[in-house]
Amino acid sequence: MTINQTGTDRVKRGMAEMQKGGVIMDVINAEQAKIAEAAGAVAVMALERVPSDIRAAGGVARMADPRIMEEVMGAVTIPVMAKARIGHITEARILEAMGVDYIDESEVLTPADEEYHLRKSEFTVPFVCGCKDLGEAARRIGEGASMLRTKGEPGTGNIVEAVRHLRKVNAQVRKIVHMNEDELMTEAKILGAPYEVLLQIKHNGKLPVVNFAAGGVATPADAALMMELGADGVFVGSGIFKSENPEKFARAIVEATTHYQDYNLLVEISKDLGIPMKGIEISRLSAGERMQDRGW
Amino acid sequence: MVKIGVLALQGAVSEHVRSIEACGVEAIIVKSTDELNLVDGLILPGGESTTMRKLMDRHDILTPVIEFAQAGKPMFGTCAGLILLAKEIVGYDFAHIGVLNATVERNSFGRQVDSFETQLEVKGIATDFPAVFIRAPHIVEVEPNVEILATHEGKIVMVRQGHLLGCSFHPELTVDHRITAYFTEMVKESLAKKATV
Repeated sequence: MTINQTGTDRVKRGMAEMQKGGVIMDVINAEQAKIAEAAGAVAVMALERVPSDIRAAGGVARMADPRIMEEVMGAVTIPVMAKARIGHITEARILEAMGVDYIDESEVLTPADEEYHLRKSEFTVPFVCGCKDLGEAARRIGEGASMLRTKGEPGTGNIVEAVRHLRKVNAQVRKIVHMNEDELMTEAKILGAPYEVLLQIKHNGKLPVVNFAAGGVATPADAALMMELGADGVFVGSGIFKSENPEKFARAIVEATTHYQDYNLLVEISKDLGIPMKGIEISRLSAGERMQDRGW
Repeated sequence: MVKIGVLALQGAVSEHVRSIEACGVEAIIVKSTDELNLVDGLILPGGESTTMRKLMDRHDILTPVIEFAQAGKPMFGTCAGLILLAKEIVGYDFAHIGVLNATVERNSFGRQVDSFETQLEVKGIATDFPAVFIRAPHIVEVEPNVEILATHEGKIVMVRQGHLLGCSFHPELTVDHRITAYFTEMVKESLAKKATV
C-alpha cells in the first residue's frame, strides 16, 4: 500500500487554493466564529484582539491564549487559522501542536525576531505571510510560505496600502513573465528574491501560491475592489466586528467577494449596512505605528 | 463544442478550468442560472461547502442546479463538491443538492495537518492516480445503484451513480487529467444519448 504523505507543498498550497474566492474573518471567540461561519466565511482567524484593538492597546502583541483557539475550533467546521509572531518558532510549534489549520506569521503581532522569519518548510502545518512587493513575496515562498497576503495597513479600515501592495506585486510578476530568462538572476539580486522562485513565476506566468488581500478591508466595495485588482480572496480583520452590524457586514463582504463584477448586485448589498469601522488616515500614523514595516 | 461548467461561487475554480481545457473541451465559469443554461455538464469544485451553499441560497441557483442534475445532465463533485452532491451528510439533518445516493462525512481524515497525498487505484481509470486529500470528506455508505470506483484505507473515496461522479480528493490539483477526461466522456455520452432520443 502506498504511504500517505502529509505536509507536502501540494497539500499545503492546495489548502489555500480551496480558500480562493472566499473571505477569511478575524474572530476573538466562539460566538463571533459562528457569526462568521453563518455569513459564509471560508475560514476564521482566531486571535485575542482584532488589529484595531491591538493598535489601541499598545504594548507587546503575542500569540493568543490557546483556550481561544480551542474554543473557536470547537465552535465551527470551517478551517481555523491563528497568528504567531514573526520568527517565533515556539509559538508556531504550539499552534501546530494544537491542530490549527493555517498559521499566519504576522506583522500584526510584535516581531519576536528582527532578523529571521520562520523556516516554514520545516512544518507540517501551512503558513500564510504578508508581502508588500515581489521580493518579500518570493523570500517568504523561499522559506516555505504556502499562501501570501498583502500587508496593507492592518486595523486602519483604510484600503490604500493593500491596493498599493497588490498592484506592486502584480506589476512585478508581469515584469518577470516578460523578461528574458538570462535577465532573471540580476532581477533576483535587485529584488532580494530567490532565483528559483522567479524562474517558476516566469514559467507559470503567475505566483506559485495564492495571494489574498489583507490589511484595511472595511466594506463590500473594498473587498470587490481587491478582487477586481486580482486578489485570490480576502482577509477581513477589524472590518467586521468593529462595524455597527457585524452579521450584515460579514454577509455582504462574502457576497461582494464572489460577485465582485456584478455592480447591480453590489448596489443592493451595500445598502443599509450601518456604520463601517472607523478608519484611520495613513499619514496620521507615526513610523512606529506602521505594522507593514515589520518584517522584511 | 462540448461545454463543461465549473460552479464558481468559491473554491478551486481555475484548476478545474485548466483541467477541462487540457481535455480539449470548453470550460465555462458558472455563477448564475444564465451561465448554467449554457453548459452540458457541471463540475462542483473543492472549497468550503458551507460557503458555497450559502451563496447558492442567496442567489437562487440551488434549485436550477438540482434541476440540472434531475434532467440527467452529468455532474462531478470534488471534495466540497461531493458534499454538495450527497443525499445525506453525517451530523446534519439537511442536504444541499442531494442527488447522489450516498452518505458522506465531512473532514473525516482530520484537520489540515493530517491532509495528505497518496496514489490510488481508480476502477476503469488508473492504477496509480495521484490523489490529494485536503481536510477531505469520505463516503460512509452508498445505495445499490452507486458504483464504488475507489477506496482508501477502507474508506470509500470515489463513486459513480449514472450521470453523477463524486470524489473526496482533488484531481484538479495535479497535472493528471485522466479523471477529468473520464468525466468529459460522461458528458459526451450524455449528449450522444440525447441526440438519439
